[in-house]
Formats: sequence, C-alpha cells, structure tokens
Amino acid sequence: MNTDLIIQLAYYTAAILFILGLKRMSSPKTATSGVKLAGVGMLIAIAATFFFPAMHNLLLILLAILIGTIIAWLGAKKVAMTGMPEMIAMYNGMGGGAAAAIAAIELFSLLANSDAKMPITTFALAVIGALIGSISFTGSILAFFKLRDWLKNVYFPWQQVINLAVLAFAITFGVIFYFHHTLPIFILFFATSLLYGALMTMSIGGADMPVVISLYNAFTGLAVACEGFVINNVAMIIAGTIVGAAGTLLTILMAKAMNRSLMNVLFVRFDGSKCCGTVSGTTKSMEIPDAAIMLNYVTKVIFVPGYGMAVAQAQQKVWELANLLLEKGIDVKFAIHPVAGRMPGHMNVLLAEAGVPYDYISDMDEINDDFQNTDIVIVIGANDVVNPAAKTDKTSPIYGMPILNVDQAKQIFVIKRGKGRGYAGIENLLFFNKNCHMVYGDAKQVVAHMIQTLKEQK
Amino acid sequence: MTIDGFTAIYLFTLAAFTGYEVISRVPIILHTPLMSGSNFIHGLVLVGAIIALGYATTPTETIIGFIAVLLATGNAVGGYVVTVRMLEMFKPKSDLKKGTDNEH
Repeated sequence: MNTDLIIQLAYYTAAILFILGLKRMSSPKTATSGVKLAGVGMLIAIAATFFFPAMHNLLLILLAILIGTIIAWLGAKKVAMTGMPEMIAMYNGMGGGAAAAIAAIELFSLLANSDAKMPITTFALAVIGALIGSISFTGSILAFFKLRDWLKNVYFPWQQVINLAVLAFAITFGVIFYFHHTLPIFILFFATSLLYGALMTMSIGGADMPVVISLYNAFTGLAVACEGFVINNVAMIIAGTIVGAAGTLLTILMAKAMNRSLMNVLFVRFDGSKCCGTVSGTTKSMEIPDAAIMLNYVTKVIFVPGYGMAVAQAQQKVWELANLLLEKGIDVKFAIHPVAGRMPGHMNVLLAEAGVPYDYISDMDEINDDFQNTDIVIVIGANDVVNPAAKTDKTSPIYGMPILNVDQAKQIFVIKRGKGRGYAGIENLLFFNKNCHMVYGDAKQVVAHMIQTLKEQK
Repeated sequence: MTIDGFTAIYLFTLAAFTGYEVISRVPIILHTPLMSGSNFIHGLVLVGAIIALGYATTPTETIIGFIAVLLATGNAVGGYVVTVRMLEMFKPKSDLKKGTDNEH
C-alpha cells in the first residue's frame, strides 16, 4: 500500500470524525463523546502526517510537540472554570500564530529565489491566511490579557482611523510582496498584520470581548483553511472551513444575544455614562434571615445567577440552598440569560461545576413566561440582564436587549455586594420595583446565612 | 492527491455549509463548550506545521517551523483538555448521588 493512499485515507477518516464529533457536541447527553471522537480524528490525521516521504527534522518535530503538550496540558488542567473564556482565547491565538507561521515559511521561500513565482491564487491565499492568522494571534493574546484584567482599555483620538490605516498598510505590503520579493517588505507585512490584531482588540470594551474571541476563533479557522489550500492539504481545508463557518455563525448568535450587531461591537464604543433618564423612587432592603424565612411559604422559586455569583464563588452554596428548597417540595429552577457569565453558555458550565444537573437549568426563552407565576425570584450577581429599562427606556444603551422577565414575579430578592451598577454602567429599574428587596452582602456569605437560618428552623 | 480550481471551491463551499448546519441547532447552554470544541478542531493546523518543519531546510525556516509546531500543539492539546473538562461536568438529574435530593 503506498503512503499517499494511507495519508489520504487517514485524512478522510479524520474529516468524517470531525463532522460527527461536532454534531454530537450539539447535545449535552452526547457532547463528551463528541469531542473524544474529534480527538481520535485528530490523532489519526497527525499520525498519518509522519508518513509524508523524505521529511527531516523529525527529532525537532517531536521535541516541539512534547514541549507544546506539556505547557498546554498543565495550563488547561489548572485553569479555573471562571477563567475558561480567556484560556480558549489563548489556545485559539496559538492556532492563528501557527497558521501565520506556515504562511511565513511558504512566502519566505520566495525570498531565496527572486525569479520564483507562485500562482497568483496560491499567493493570495497564503497572504490572506498570514494576515488573518496574525490578527487572530496578537488579537487573542491581548484579549487574554484584558480578560485577566492585566490590561485596561486603551482609547486614543482617531483610534478607528489609525486602526484601519494600519490594516490598509498590511494589505498593501502583502500586494507589493507579490511583485517584489524582498525581506523588508516581508517583515513590514507581518509587523503591520500583527500590530493590527493588537490594535483591534485594544479598542473593544471588556463586555464585548467574548464576541471578539469567537470572531478570532472563526478567523483562525479560515487562516488554517487558506494555508491548507497553499500546501495542498485536504484535512486542513475541511477542518479550517468548518470552524470558520461554525465560528462565524456562533459569533453572530452571540452578538445578537447581546442586542448588538457585529459591526457595532467592532467599531462603536459602548458607553453607558452619558445616559439615561434619572430614576425616581427608592430601593428597599431586607435582612438576610427575613428573606430566608419567606422561602418557607412558597411553592415556586427561580434563581437568576450572574457573573457576580461566580466571582464570589457562591455557586456551591447556591446549589446547597436550592437543595434545601427541593427537600421542602418547592419547585426550583435556574434561569440563564444568553449572556450570563462572560460568554454565552459560560454560566451553564459554572453551574454544572457546582453539581447542578442541567434539567434544572432553563434558558431565557423556556422560562420567561414562568416568572409571572413565580413566588420568589432570587437574583444573584446579575444586573443588566434583568433590567426592565431594556423594554421601557428608549434612551438606554441596552434598549431592545431581550431580558429575563424577573420584574413580573410576585417577590424579588436581589443579592448584591453594594449599590454599584452593572457592566453597562446604567441604573437598574428593577431595584426600584415595588416587589423588589435588596439583600446586601457578599453572595457566598448571604446564601450561607440563608441556609443556616433555614436549617435552624427545623 | 492535488486539489485545484473548482474542486477546491466545491470543497470549501460544502465544508462551510456543513459547519453552519451542524452549529445552527445548538442550544445556548452549549455555546461556550462548542466554541472551545471548534477551537480544538482547528488545532489540526498541527498537520501543516509538521509538514512545514519536516521540509524546512534553512535555519530561518527551521526556527519558524519549530514555533509553528509548538503553537499548533498548544492549540490542539489545550483546546482538547479544556473542552473535555467543561463537557464532563454536564450531568442530568438522574446522575445525582442518592440522598442529595429528588423527590418529585
């Protein structure tokens, strides 16, 4: 059997396994088996690649794989579930960097021989892959720093114009390189591409970061597909294109869940400070034991967790409280807004980590009609996603964003550290609702106190 | 096997539709793991990186190739581990250990 046949069969198998794997990943029951299936596909494709004839540097290849595996494996095992979004960004950036590096080698070979000509389509794909791979590389790394809070937002005058100028330079250098294979042009092309990625992330606010990470994920996919065309590798084309398409769709879905268009996320700075109508009325607060005791006399309770709950590491305690209520025969549900957490679906991961079975967790569309029949809603660390201003105040920057109808419940408790505002920086009308009581304190301690009160009553 | 011209365009189009269709029916609760899963799949760039380093001749090519393999491995391994870690936590009610709750 010749080696080319082995390689092609392996790539074909890998492509099928990727598609089946992704398909299985679209349901919680089969998801784990899905990613494992894709993992088998990956191993097959990589093993087959060693059958390419006359390859050298084998020791170097194995060394690089070994070092990469150790670093990535340790990082992935160590990261806390709250830090998942930035870790995904980091690994994605590495993929983009790898695609750009492959393009660099292909383009670099043109330097050695000034008469060498690549077919124009191959050249164009190599340059496009290099450009978007580089953007994804520096862009994702900066996103990692921003989500870790190691880097603040940087705004300067004419930011968007300067950014676009840098992008225009990168494209221009790419075109010039087709006609003049010189080292300075080569370096300028990569430098401006990498710079643009950094600038692009710099101008985007923290709340929009998940959408951008998802966009970079799609970018890396496309970069991989482009380089797949350049080096004539079917497996890379298929894997890259599937991710490019899936990632683009995922990005649009995320932007939609935040009530913003992709263009809006990329080019308009989100600003909650210069708005909105002032709120009249007062907020009422309630002591923790009083709130806990009220939980004894109800039949239906919904928890609305937000990122604040995860920051306070309160998810275990919340699940403990929910269990106490379940033992009393109370109907308990968790309501998740599409952008709860730092990324759509992130809150589900955090609750799953605390041991909450997914049958108790409902997303917004499933549960929004239930709030009016609910005795008590407990909002923990969520803010903008329960703000009725999204429905009533046309001047509000979140106007039009779909929200959880918490305001329709018979009684609302908001557990909150202090009187601060949410991500969007605007007042929350819910807190002024006549049925709403604020329970001030650290989420974990408040919930622990509630559990204690309920237990002492027995 | 070489791919060129229209074959390439067909391949690209069909793969793009596949990616779109597979994702379009996914519940929001799986968006984060799914993004992570698709992030793992483009870790297949490792194949290209191995080929690039495997045929590198000059020192510059070898250095860039080495970096490519290193980064691509990070993408594939890291992407896989975090995805599995997240998905393994999703459990249905029936998986709960006895005595924790469940009377309706």
